Amino acid sequence: MPKGRTQFFPEMSPSRLYTPSMMSPQSSQNVSGNFCTADNISECILYINQELSSLGFPPIFRNSEGIRDLDAVVALNNIYDLLRLHRQAVKMIEELEVEQLKSSSDLHYQHLTNSRLKDQLELSKKENIRLHERERQLETTMKTLQNCLKDAKEEVQRLQGVIASRATQYNHDIKRREREYSKVKERLNQLLIARKDKQGMEVLNYVGRPDGKRSLWKTGKTEARHEGEMYKTLLNEFDNRQRELMMENIELKKVLQQMKREMMAVLNSKKILKNEEKQSNNVDQANSDDEENSLKEHPEMSCDHAREKLTNSIRQQWRKLKYHVEKLDSQASIAQDGDSDETITKQVHEEEIEKLRGEIQQCKEFIQTQQQLLQQQLNTPCDEETAAVLNDCYMLEEKERLKEEWTVFEEQRKNFEMERRNFTEAAIRLGHERKSFEDDRAMWLKHQFLNTSFADHVKPQSRMTDELTRQSHHEEKHLPISAKVSKSHL
Amino acid sequence: MNFSDVLKQSNQLCKISPDGKYVATCVQYRLMVRDIINLQIVHLYSCLDQVMHIEWSSDSMFILCAMYKRGLVQVWSLEQPDWHCKIDEGSIGLVSSRWSPDGRHILNTTEFHLRITVWSLCTKSVSYIKYPKACQKGMDFTSDGRYMALAERRECKDYISVFVCDDWHLLRHFESETQDLAGLEWSPNGCVLAVWDSCLEYKILLYSLDGRLLSSYSAYEWSLGIKSVTWSPSSQFLVIGSYDEKVRILNHITWKKIKEFDHPGTINNCKKSVYKEVEQTTVVGGDNLSIHQLTAGNSLFSPKSKYEITPLPAQLPVIKPDLDRANPKIGISAMAFSSDNRYLATKNDNMPQSLWLWDMQKLCLLTVLEHTAPIRCFIWDPSRPRLALCTGNTKVYIWSAAGCLSVNLRVEGIFQVQSLLWHPSGSSIVLLSKEQFCICYMDSED
Repeated sequence: MPKGRTQFFPEMSPSRLYTPSMMSPQSSQNVSGNFCTADNISECILYINQELSSLGFPPIFRNSEGIRDLDAVVALNNIYDLLRLHRQAVKMIEELEVEQLKSSSDLHYQHLTNSRLKDQLELSKKENIRLHERERQLETTMKTLQNCLKDAKEEVQRLQGVIASRATQYNHDIKRREREYSKVKERLNQLLIARKDKQGMEVLNYVGRPDGKRSLWKTGKTEARHEGEMYKTLLNEFDNRQRELMMENIELKKVLQQMKREMMAVLNSKKILKNEEKQSNNVDQANSDDEENSLKEHPEMSCDHAREKLTNSIRQQWRKLKYHVEKLDSQASIAQDGDSDETITKQVHEEEIEKLRGEIQQCKEFIQTQQQLLQQQLNTPCDEETAAVLNDCYMLEEKERLKEEWTVFEEQRKNFEMERRNFTEAAIRLGHERKSFEDDRAMWLKHQFLNTSFADHVKPQSRMTDELTRQSHHEEKHLPISAKVSKSHL
Repeated sequence: MNFSDVLKQSNQLCKISPDGKYVATCVQYRLMVRDIINLQIVHLYSCLDQVMHIEWSSDSMFILCAMYKRGLVQVWSLEQPDWHCKIDEGSIGLVSSRWSPDGRHILNTTEFHLRITVWSLCTKSVSYIKYPKACQKGMDFTSDGRYMALAERRECKDYISVFVCDDWHLLRHFESETQDLAGLEWSPNGCVLAVWDSCLEYKILLYSLDGRLLSSYSAYEWSLGIKSVTWSPSSQFLVIGSYDEKVRILNHITWKKIKEFDHPGTINNCKKSVYKEVEQTTVVGGDNLSIHQLTAGNSLFSPKSKYEITPLPAQLPVIKPDLDRANPKIGISAMAFSSDNRYLATKNDNMPQSLWLWDMQKLCLLTVLEHTAPIRCFIWDPSRPRLALCTGNTKVYIWSAAGCLSVNLRVEGIFQVQSLLWHPSGSSIVLLSKEQFCICYMDSED
């Protein structure tokens, strides 16, 4: 049996009372032969019998004829039962001990919580007191401020009262002075009119009216005319304004209608897949058709009802569009977190911009350096030789190229010359050959005619031959001319 | 830009004829009518005393010369130089004199505003109007010249009389709801009369031509109220400038305020531009000095200046007024619309060196021009949206939507511009100094 921190159950409390002399104060673990010795076997047996019987076991021996015989079977049974009992007791003790531990730890925990809660309670009580204090202070300040405000308001009212009373006083004073003043003016007026000195207009001749008409007498009719003209002016102005407002109104209504149509178009194109909305759109469409029809017929006369309908439908459409745009916005922002092809992230965008800026800067610097160099070139003072040399060296390449081209041109020119000469020679030769050919032809024809008929064809033949020779001469003449012409072209 | 010769004038009397052909100036008692282009004297008249006021008749045929000290008005004709007319008010005195819109009647206001006498040049008739009110602007004619509104005060109450200028027939006479009427002005379309109270009370009343009260507007109580009022040329807006440094715009349909323009000392909004006049000092002395430069006195001793864009936020120079005195120099005292209705120029008296330009289409501030001296006079070109202003130095400043520039006067001697007038066609400006005047001819491309 384990020893615990807690109470220690004495094992055999009733038996201690019974045989104090026999039992020596020792630990119950000792089961050595201190209880029974060779002498007191019968007493022991008696005692054990009594104990066992008190416990409900059959006696271990039979009391017969004074022979104290130990019944082994019964004794063993009793021993077994005792052991069993013992085991049960031990188990119970263990359980009890465990329970005891649990409850002791529970108790400890409860103690701790108790103390903690007590502390918390203390703190919250303090906090409470503090807040109460603060509230009290704030209330007092509020009261003082309210008092100040009241005082200030009263002051303002008092001052306003003062101003008002002063104003009335001043008004009264002013009125008095004004009356005096007007009396003085009247008096002055009377005096001056009475004097009637010098006042008047001298004019050489009266001038005609600017519009050339004669002035009219003042009659009742003129008064009526004036009134009439005045009202006409006013009415004209009202008419103009009303017309302008009407025009503006019509314009604005048209704009609203258009806006509504466009909004509906935009919304419809997005919502083709959603069926429920289609129906509502159909309803809207029907409504708007009605409106349009009614408004088309009487654009000037739209009544309140139609106007309200229009504005309501526009509001509705706008709400839908707004909702849709908001949805798109949120979608776009979600898409931006991930990688999407169409939208580039802000960072990438900014990087690109930075890159472009850097490029622009570089280009600017480049241009600047170029400008500087150019300035240098133009400004550096140098003597003429070096200037000429410098200029030359820039032109060198150009000059070389030009020289080459010149040589090429010269060559080509020479070639052309030669060819031309060849052509002219050929032309001259051709002329000669032609001439000889013509001569031959003429000779041949002559012979022909001479041979065939001498008497018949004398004159015409000679004429013909003359003609032929003349022709050949002409041709000769032509040839040199053409040769000359071609020569002159060279 | 070309400048004409500098000629003499006295009393800042210099007026351009309504048809734009002549300019009339006065030197002491002599009236000179010059051709506008070559400044040759076309007519010369002598008056009986020093002339205090001259005015052209609306058809440019007559000129009125008023001599207040002697109570005389003399009228001269351009067509017939020997025609003469003299109006003598006698001992009743003369305080102001003006033409009626038809150019044939002269309205003389006697001393102490005892009465207004209407003298006719066509007939022998004389009309008298009693009890006119002596205030900032007590008389106004409609722009078509048909009606005249006159403020009167009888028995401590304000009244308004509307006369038909044809025959001076009293059309309407009604009581005005003002405490102390300070001014009245017809709208350009001649149908609405704006009537405002003195600065002790912020109140503006709108009367229709037939005398009905259309509306009244009051922005606040107790503080000093209205300082200046102007109509927009299309009669769409009525603009009120007040002592609280704000400009309020009323619309002509509901007569309610549609916008308020503030004139703060610091401009923060980055979309506006502030042009500051910066003086460039010329280098005098050394080898640059030459005879030519010595004779051109104006340009040598007066530094050139140009406008520079000030980076925002810009701080405008503010002069704190002495609020203990009467008529404190605070508030919007001058406002002018451009002829096309698009721009409004305003001047706040405690920032006298700055001119504020507002875009009326967007109803917002367009730009602020800051100068080195207080602005004396600013006038819009009658034909296009171009503004000329002067600050009392030797320059004239021109602003247009394309930009602004400061022009140094290229004239003999030192000419300090005190005021200016535009020619009706917008092709030239008459500049007036204390004793002289000259004409600045604008280039056609400007």
